[in-house]
Amino acid sequence: MTETIDKTALLQFLLRMGDNTLILGHRVSEWCGHSPVLEEDIALANTALDLIGQTQLWLDYAAEVQGEGRTADDLAFLRDAWDFRNVLLVELPNGDFGQTLMRQFLYDAWASIMLGRLQKSADERVREIAEKAAKENAYHVERSADTVVGLGDGTEESHARMQAALDYLYPYVGELFESDATDAAMAEAGIAPDPASLRAEYDAFVGRVMAEATLTIPEKAYVHRGGRSGTMHTEHLGHLLCTMQWLQRAYPGCQW
Amino acid sequence: MYAQMVKSTGKGVKTREEMSEDERAFQDKIDADTKIEPRDWMPEEYRKTLVRQIGQHAHSEIVGQLPEGNWITRAPTLERKMILLAKVQDEAGHGLYLYCAAETLGVSRDDLTEDLLSGKMKYSSIFNYPTLNWADIGAVGWLVDGAAIMNQVPLQRTSYGPYSRAMIRICKEESFHQRQGYDIMMKMAQGSPEQKRMAQDALDRFWYPSLMMFGPSDKDSVHSAQSMAWKIKINTNDELRQKFVDQTVPQAEYLGLSIPDPDLTWNEETGHYDFTEPNWQEFFDVIKGNGPCNTERMNDRTRAWEDGRWVREGLMAHARKKAARTAAE
Repeated sequence: MTETIDKTALLQFLLRMGDNTLILGHRVSEWCGHSPVLEEDIALANTALDLIGQTQLWLDYAAEVQGEGRTADDLAFLRDAWDFRNVLLVELPNGDFGQTLMRQFLYDAWASIMLGRLQKSADERVREIAEKAAKENAYHVERSADTVVGLGDGTEESHARMQAALDYLYPYVGELFESDATDAAMAEAGIAPDPASLRAEYDAFVGRVMAEATLTIPEKAYVHRGGRSGTMHTEHLGHLLCTMQWLQRAYPGCQW
Repeated sequence: MYAQMVKSTGKGVKTREEMSEDERAFQDKIDADTKIEPRDWMPEEYRKTLVRQIGQHAHSEIVGQLPEGNWITRAPTLERKMILLAKVQDEAGHGLYLYCAAETLGVSRDDLTEDLLSGKMKYSSIFNYPTLNWADIGAVGWLVDGAAIMNQVPLQRTSYGPYSRAMIRICKEESFHQRQGYDIMMKMAQGSPEQKRMAQDALDRFWYPSLMMFGPSDKDSVHSAQSMAWKIKINTNDELRQKFVDQTVPQAEYLGLSIPDPDLTWNEETGHYDFTEPNWQEFFDVIKGNGPCNTERMNDRTRAWEDGRWVREGLMAHARKKAARTAAE
């Protein structure tokens, strides 16, 4: 069925999905060996592992659709920042453990709704990837929501830190629901939902969790955008790519 | 295993005549290969020695995440990144089983962690060496996990039930770790001139520290004699080191890499390789805290513990509030 739809739009959509998981997976993996408690080290490594696994699936498909003989690794390790299509939220630095888990929850909550919709995609590959990713995400969102609640409704200090994390991150949430021509083409072809159509469900879900966490969602938050369109990433992405892509860039053409 | 120079009673093994009735019955169980379980009577020194050994092993798994974690963000492919993440996750899991095994002996994980951070307890000397190029991740799997397996396989038969069961689970995962390490080395050794250089450089730096993992010769050690009588330790350090060298030399030859030991030779008579002992002064320096990365490793762990305090306290406070609310309903 993909022959009948706009290949460029499908590629953009797949890059947006795969770059989100790649960049978030990378950020989470930065925690390795440094988390507040052993169980969290295991959970963070597991989350990163799942996200990189999902990246492999999304970017494999993206490379196929692109049809230039590239691989998922080529896409991950050999594109520069302007070609990345992840939302800004996932490239923001980890901050403290609370900020990392808040970012994870804000992403997981979106992913749980998005992956649910994508399981009804008209594209079989997208359906298959979404089905696998949704199983992993169900665990991620349960854990990140529980942690946000636990720390929000914990001590005075943990509450203050979680509120600060939410205040910092919330302006980056809006981008998840931006719609453009790519999204219109995907919605038209029945491959992916219009992102704006996920907002009400997201707000209800996040609202419930934040209420339980005794945290206040900032009103009328500004929306930072530019990641999923690739027009303006944050300064942080370039540094992340320097680290992530270093071996492939320094020693091109090698087998690893 | 990652335990080195674990102290036992320091008094030598008691003869049957010197043993109390309880001690004799205990030794009979061990000699008959009956597992000792947490509720069974055990000599206080047996318990203390086990806590030291299992604790040191658990700490090694935790600190051992750091040299490998150093390359997770720079892993060259998505697959390598996933394999490394899975491996480091396994190691944290091993730490968890081992702390649980230690807890059955009446010490808490928090107590053991405080002892690590205060420097009272040690972790394996090997994790005080840096990982400087990507082939180091191969060398860590191939040599460091290889050396660990040498020690851990016999420990599946150790006398203390919870420790033995933890070892059985750990051994299954470690053999996968070693294979992935060797696989990285293969790719590097068959790769570009720069990759080969990385592979040789990694072997050059990790060879002697890997031999040190078994600890200095303990054929005359009273601590080891007692541990062996209790089946907390199964082989001497020299036996395991020899076995490791015998296994590893042909693997290095297959990779086309040279072991950094000009005196390494096959001895027809003994059927083993003769090799140069590591520099034991360097080993004692590392154990004392003067290895290349001791300060960084301990700073990292201390920072993780200190920075994480608010998280642990927050989650505990929430759990108490929740319990109180449930009770009130």
